[in-house]
Amino acid sequence: MTRRSFSLSVALATLVHTATGPAAGQPLVADLSSHLVAITTGFAGTQVLLFGAIEEEGDVVVLVRGPGTDTVVRRKGRFWGLWVNRADVAFAGVPAFYAVASSRPLDQVAPPTVRARYQLGVDRLRLSPVDPAAAGDIGAFRDALIRQKQESRLFVAEVGKVSFLGQRLFRTPLDFPSNLPTGAYSVEVLLLRGGEVVAAQTTPLIVSKDGFSAEVYDFAHDHAAFYGLLAVVLGTVAGWLGGVLFRRA
Amino acid sequence: MQIYLPIAELSLDLFVVTGLGGAVGLLSGAFGIGGGFLLTPLLIFLGVPAPVAVATGANQILATSVSGTLAHWRRGNVDFAMGGVLLGGGLVGSTLGVWAFSVLKGIGQVDPLVSLAYVVLLSVIGGLMLLESLRAMRKRSRAATGNRAKRHQHFWLHALPLKLRFRQSKLYISVIAPVVIGLVVGLLAALLGVGGGFILVPAMIYLLGMPTSVTVGTSLLYILVVAANVTFLQAYQNQSVDVVLAGLLVIGGVAGTEIGAWIGARLRGEQIRGLLALLALGVSAKLFLDLVETPIDPYSLAVLWKE
Repeated sequence: MTRRSFSLSVALATLVHTATGPAAGQPLVADLSSHLVAITTGFAGTQVLLFGAIEEEGDVVVLVRGPGTDTVVRRKGRFWGLWVNRADVAFAGVPAFYAVASSRPLDQVAPPTVRARYQLGVDRLRLSPVDPAAAGDIGAFRDALIRQKQESRLFVAEVGKVSFLGQRLFRTPLDFPSNLPTGAYSVEVLLLRGGEVVAAQTTPLIVSKDGFSAEVYDFAHDHAAFYGLLAVVLGTVAGWLGGVLFRRA
Repeated sequence: MQIYLPIAELSLDLFVVTGLGGAVGLLSGAFGIGGGFLLTPLLIFLGVPAPVAVATGANQILATSVSGTLAHWRRGNVDFAMGGVLLGGGLVGSTLGVWAFSVLKGIGQVDPLVSLAYVVLLSVIGGLMLLESLRAMRKRSRAATGNRAKRHQHFWLHALPLKLRFRQSKLYISVIAPVVIGLVVGLLAALLGVGGGFILVPAMIYLLGMPTSVTVGTSLLYILVVAANVTFLQAYQNQSVDVVLAGLLVIGGVAGTEIGAWIGARLRGEQIRGLLALLALGVSAKLFLDLVETPIDPYSLAVLWKE
């Protein structure tokens, strides 16, 4: 923790220096405390700090988006007295993860048109069906998709807080849950003034398995037959060992 | 304490997972069932993706049935000849079942079909077992000093050709019946994502006429080999076996199995059958309610493709 805050203060000092120095001129600079989220065996979610500076006063909005997915939403209906899946809609480009943070409430930061254009807020996400012909009554499916994603913490329901230190420096903690999907994420920082986006910066963030869990995953996929045999042997040995141990006890 | 499961791709609490393994192992040791019919839905409830839950369940069932088989073997309650004959059909059946499952899944609507099959199977088996065990309990209390009842009924199933002597089971019957039973159970087990002890134990008692004490150990031997087959096939075809999750379940499961075997040894045959019948009816009722009750949330999500 102390090391993180130390490196942060150094980074902030550098940012202040750049922002105020003669070579200044960039309206928005931002960076992450780490560009890699390593999912190790003890992974229970994590926090990455986003920090930056702006040249002139304005609102800062931060968007975190996971890799795009095609996600199908199925709806159960009654069929001969039984509840079975009767209808489905597949949505294209659904972010695997989505979170937003803002210095002020989103509806005060930008008008609806701008919020829709930059997809600011879960309610402004563009979720379109894979098959355009299916675009009939998909509203209920869309709502169910958002609701279930929020329940599994992959769409963050609350808008996070971007806090300012003085008038130029800002920071916001980005929280990631333990069921975080792997892949290439993007962290987009927008500077708004008078309801318009005046500057933007996108920073990549990689989420990947690391250490033991990465080795197990790679082994299971690269040497499937050998992994299967190993799983059988491990299961047998564990069961036998347990039996022997308990017999002694 | 949270631990990340590399194939399931989420973190779960260490004690919740080992406790779950222990509870399922207890049932396994006492009744000779794999416990997959409880384990798989509970893992899905914890957030583990269904394919991973089914495949990892097979791996856990393998381990608990190894220690369960050993525990019963030490008590002389495993009929290896009968187990071998049953497995002749079981290995073919379970391989067919894994294949049939993926075909059915491609067509769609496999989940309610599987649930419905469970409901019919479990309520019929559970109902019959409950009636029989109640009758046996009443008979025992009525005629404590009566002459010994006939061990089992002989009917046409036992008179088929290819007769073989099964010393442990005190039977001299045709191998055709156990091979067919093994095949059908293996097929159903792979289709329903379980070990199959639930169907096998009653079949051994009522169709083959084996003594209850031997059925539990022999069923565990059968489950052991079928679970090993399913574990390998799932890991090879779908890469859905999570060894970390299986390992945690096994730690709890092994302890549970030993305690279960100890309890089972202290119960009479009809008591084991009565309890197993109640369990079957309970699970069947739960599955039936899930099928007919208005769901709390009729929607479900599935990721088809990721960047």
